[in-house]
Parts: sequence; structure tokens; C-alpha cells
Amino acid sequence: MVQKIATREAYGEALVELGRECKDVVVLDADLSKSTKTASFAKIFPERFYNMGIAEANMMGTAAGLAAAGKIPFVSTFAVFATGRAFDQIRNSIAYPHLNVKICASHAGVTVGEDGGSHQSIEDISLMRSLPGMTVIVPADGPETKQAVRAAAELEGPVYIRLGRSGVPVLFDAEYEFVVGKAATLRQGEDVALLAGGIMVAEALEAARTLAEKGIRAQVINVSTIKPLDTEAVVAAARKTGAVVTCEEHSIIGGLGGAVAETLAEQCPVPLERVGVRDQFGQSGKPSELLAEYGLTAQHIVAAAERVLARKGKRA
Amino acid sequence: MDLEADTRAFLEEKAQAIRRDIVRMVSTAASGHPGGSLSAVEIITSLYFKVMRLDPACPDWAERERFVLSKGHAAPALYAALAERGYFAVDKLVTLRQLGSPLQGHPDMMRLPGVEMSTGSLGQGLSAACGMALAAKLDKADWRVYVLLGDGETQEGQIWEAAMAAAHYRLDNLTAYLDYNRLQIDGPIRDVMNPEPVADKWKAFGWNVLSVDGHSFKEILAATEEAQLDKDRPTMIICHTVKGKGVSFMENEADWHGKAPNAEDTERALAELA
Repeated sequence: MVQKIATREAYGEALVELGRECKDVVVLDADLSKSTKTASFAKIFPERFYNMGIAEANMMGTAAGLAAAGKIPFVSTFAVFATGRAFDQIRNSIAYPHLNVKICASHAGVTVGEDGGSHQSIEDISLMRSLPGMTVIVPADGPETKQAVRAAAELEGPVYIRLGRSGVPVLFDAEYEFVVGKAATLRQGEDVALLAGGIMVAEALEAARTLAEKGIRAQVINVSTIKPLDTEAVVAAARKTGAVVTCEEHSIIGGLGGAVAETLAEQCPVPLERVGVRDQFGQSGKPSELLAEYGLTAQHIVAAAERVLARKGKRA
Repeated sequence: MDLEADTRAFLEEKAQAIRRDIVRMVSTAASGHPGGSLSAVEIITSLYFKVMRLDPACPDWAERERFVLSKGHAAPALYAALAERGYFAVDKLVTLRQLGSPLQGHPDMMRLPGVEMSTGSLGQGLSAACGMALAAKLDKADWRVYVLLGDGETQEGQIWEAAMAAAHYRLDNLTAYLDYNRLQIDGPIRDVMNPEPVADKWKAFGWNVLSVDGHSFKEILAATEEAQLDKDRPTMIICHTVKGKGVSFMENEADWHGKAPNAEDTERALAELA
């Protein structure tokens, strides 16, 4: 049985470690600290934890003020509230003055599950990616989350880290090194490139194994930094394979798929398929049911890979 | 508090210079917000020339006191105060709103040293001021935070989120001023969206509330001192002001909220402010 850990759990642990090392780290939450896992930080460092109540706009603005006074605020709530409800506060009070605020939002994507479409953020990456100077990170598993949180603390400026509710397989061991802005090839292959982020990295790896059984060699790349995008790695993969599939638990508009499409259209046009939520809202259901319903499984990636390979064939 | 005559004369002279600067800046830029800049002059002058511990030569000095202009469209008043206080040369003021100028249409902390928070999207400055006040508390530092709100601005819900949080966290190192000039772009605020009873609202949110003539240095400074002595709660000083104060034809005219004076108007205004 593969070990599973939710990225939000890893975030909670990373915050405590950071809190011990750096007294300037402060944490803000909007009445969801048990869910976002900032509660463990709150318990150990109560004087550096601010529960701001159910008031996300003020929470973002307060974080901006703390950052302006030299603190390193980590701000958490659900992704849908952080990026949607408080977008203007993130834009004008945090990103515009390039303040050192780390927005670590949990419960992203459809795997929120039973709470339904009102709570399932499928446009947060798109929103955050549109802001100048915002770094956008979507960790694939627990260990990568821990490294990403640390990297965010060391980086000067606003960072958005997207975290999930459900457990995801642990993919990386101690050898793995996360670097902001660098995509990591997890599996080599020449026929098609699967560019994945977040929980879809595990699905892409499974898809690659299925494709291998069919004689198709798929390269799998973990694109954990959506912005700044590792365009060099994206273009190199497109050149090598001539066929690209993006995989994300997010709308196909504006997220990883959008970012890759923009890059390839300008620098290396090749057939592209985007696996993601197809311009619709989510609904209640079990996470596994929702992933199947919205086309976010290894099987869907395999099918997309076969479609893109067929198109590559037609071009040749 | 009895304000010494020479202190009052000094502040009045500064306020008059700032008013002239505002008129010149907005006139040269041919755009901007004279009405709400002129109503805030005595408040901002009090802070920059009497109240706040500052070092214009070292805008990032850690122990400085902070001012957040939440009503960011009054940027000309802030810029004039910074220049008159020595943060930058007064002759740079006329670059307001020009391409490449640090004097953006609304305050931009990235471009202009001395600006503590980028503002302009209304309703956000009080939250930032709360964050600064929390940081000072955490560091057990004695610097205070001052924030200026527009009256129309308090129609934004975020203001009340911040008001609740400031009281919850007992931010007695935070003093807010309400520039209560009673006019917003579309007309009298009581017609657009009535904020009354203003004092009762802030009291109900747990604030120490004081009320002053917003053009009287004596009253502004006395209330500011009273706020500094109050413990365990933030203070709101409701400053009754006149929009366009100091320029007769701009006073109490909503039309001058966001309109620049032409050459003739500018000449008249400067003559009145001579």
C-alpha cells in the first residue's frame, strides 16, 4: 500500500518547523485552522498566530501590513475564498506593492468532495497567475509541499501555494529537490510528454505505466511551479516528443494547461491536449467519483495521450 | 492641551504651503482629487509636522511611526506633506501622475520612499494599518500606526471587518482619523449610502471614539494625545471637515472631488491661498 498524506498536512508540519527557525514567521487563518492545518502552529506559537475570523479580505490586508513591518505572514483558508473572495486585496494590497506574503490555500480543486461546487476552487491558479510578480506553486505530494513552504519563506515577494484536502501518494524521497521555477522530469520517454501538477502527477505516472504497456513511451514532468513557468523544460519536452498533454485538477482555462499552451503556441507549436475541468463548476460527491466525473484520472490521461499521438501522426 | 502660538503658526504655515502644493500638482497634472486632498490637510499636517516620530533621511528606519492613507485618492496631500517634510524636493511635486514619476495617481510604496502602503482601491488601508499595529505589538515596539479613512470609503465592508479585528486584538497603538467631509463622487454621502450614526457604529465595534473639528490643529492634536493615552482599544477620531477646504469655490462642492482646476481656477485658488 502506497503511503498517502494530504499536502495540507505537510503544510501544517512545515509551518511548525519554520516557526521554530524564524521568529518573523506569523500565521493568519480565517476560522479554518483545523482544516488548513495551521492549528498546530497556533498551538505552539499562539502569540504569532492570528485568527482573523470569517473575514478574508481583512485577513489579506492585515497580512500585507504585517509584511510591510518586516514579518513573513503565511495566510491560509480554502483556495476558493483566498483567491476569489479576497482577489482585490491580494492584487492591490499584496501583489501591487510586492509584499512578502505567502498565501497557502487548502481544499483546492474538486477533491474537496462533498462540500460541492461552491467550495471547489478550479480557477485559483488562473487568478493568481495573472498577477504580476506572484509566484505560483502547486506541490505534488507531502515532501514537495514541505520543501515548497520552506522555499516560499526564503523567497522575497508574494507566493501562492495550492494545497489539497485529500491524501495523495508520497512520490518523493529525501533525494528529491524542489527548486522554485524548475520542472522535474520523473520519467523519461520520447513519444509523448505528460506535464502534470499537484495531485495529477501521481495520475500521470500511472498513465505512463499504462501507456508503456501499449508500447508508448511517455515522459512525465512535474511542473510544480506554474509561475514562473519553466519554459525551457516545457519547450524541450515538446521538441523531443512532439506531443504534449497537460494534467491538472483545475480549469483548462488559465492554469497549467493555459500556461503551457501560451508557451508552446509562441515557441514550439505541437499538438496539445489539456486534461482538466472543462469550463464547468464542480458538484458534491466523493473525491474519487468527482475525479472520474470531470475526467481527471490516469485513464483520461491515457486517452488524451492517444488523441494527441494521433494528431502528431497526421502532422507528420 | 493648549497649543502654543508659535506651534500653531508653524502648522498653519505648513498647511497653507501644502494646500498650494495640492492645487499646483492637480492643476499641472490636469487630473486628480483636490476636494478630498484639501479636506485632509490639517490632519496630515498634524501627523507629519507634530505627531509622528520620523526621519525623512531614513524612510525605512525601523522605529519610525507609520501613516497609511487609506483614502488613496488624497495622494496629493500626502505627497505635499512628504515633500514639505523633506522626503524629496518640493519641485518634484509637479510630476504627479506623469509617466515614470514616483508620484503615482494613488500612493505606490514601491516607487516612493516614505509611502508606507500602496492604496487606492478603497477600504483596504485600515487592514494594512492593523497588520502594522500587530507587528509592533509582537515586537513590543513603541511606534504607533496612524491611518486616514474617507467617509465614503467606510461604505466598504472590509472597513468593518478591520474595525472588528482592531478591537478584538486591542490595538491601542492604532489611531484612525475619519475625514468626514460628507461628500463623495456622486453627491452627499447621506444620499448615496448613509453611514450615520457614525460615532455609534465605531463605538459599537469597540473603539474609543472622539470627535473634532478637522481643521483645528488644537482639537486634532488634543484628540491624538488622548488616543495615545487610551489603553486596550483603538481610537477613531471623527474629523468634521469641509471638502475643498481653503479654496472658496471648491468648498462643499462634490464636483471638485475628482476634477482638476483650469488655469484661471488655479490662479484664483492660489490667490486665495497666498
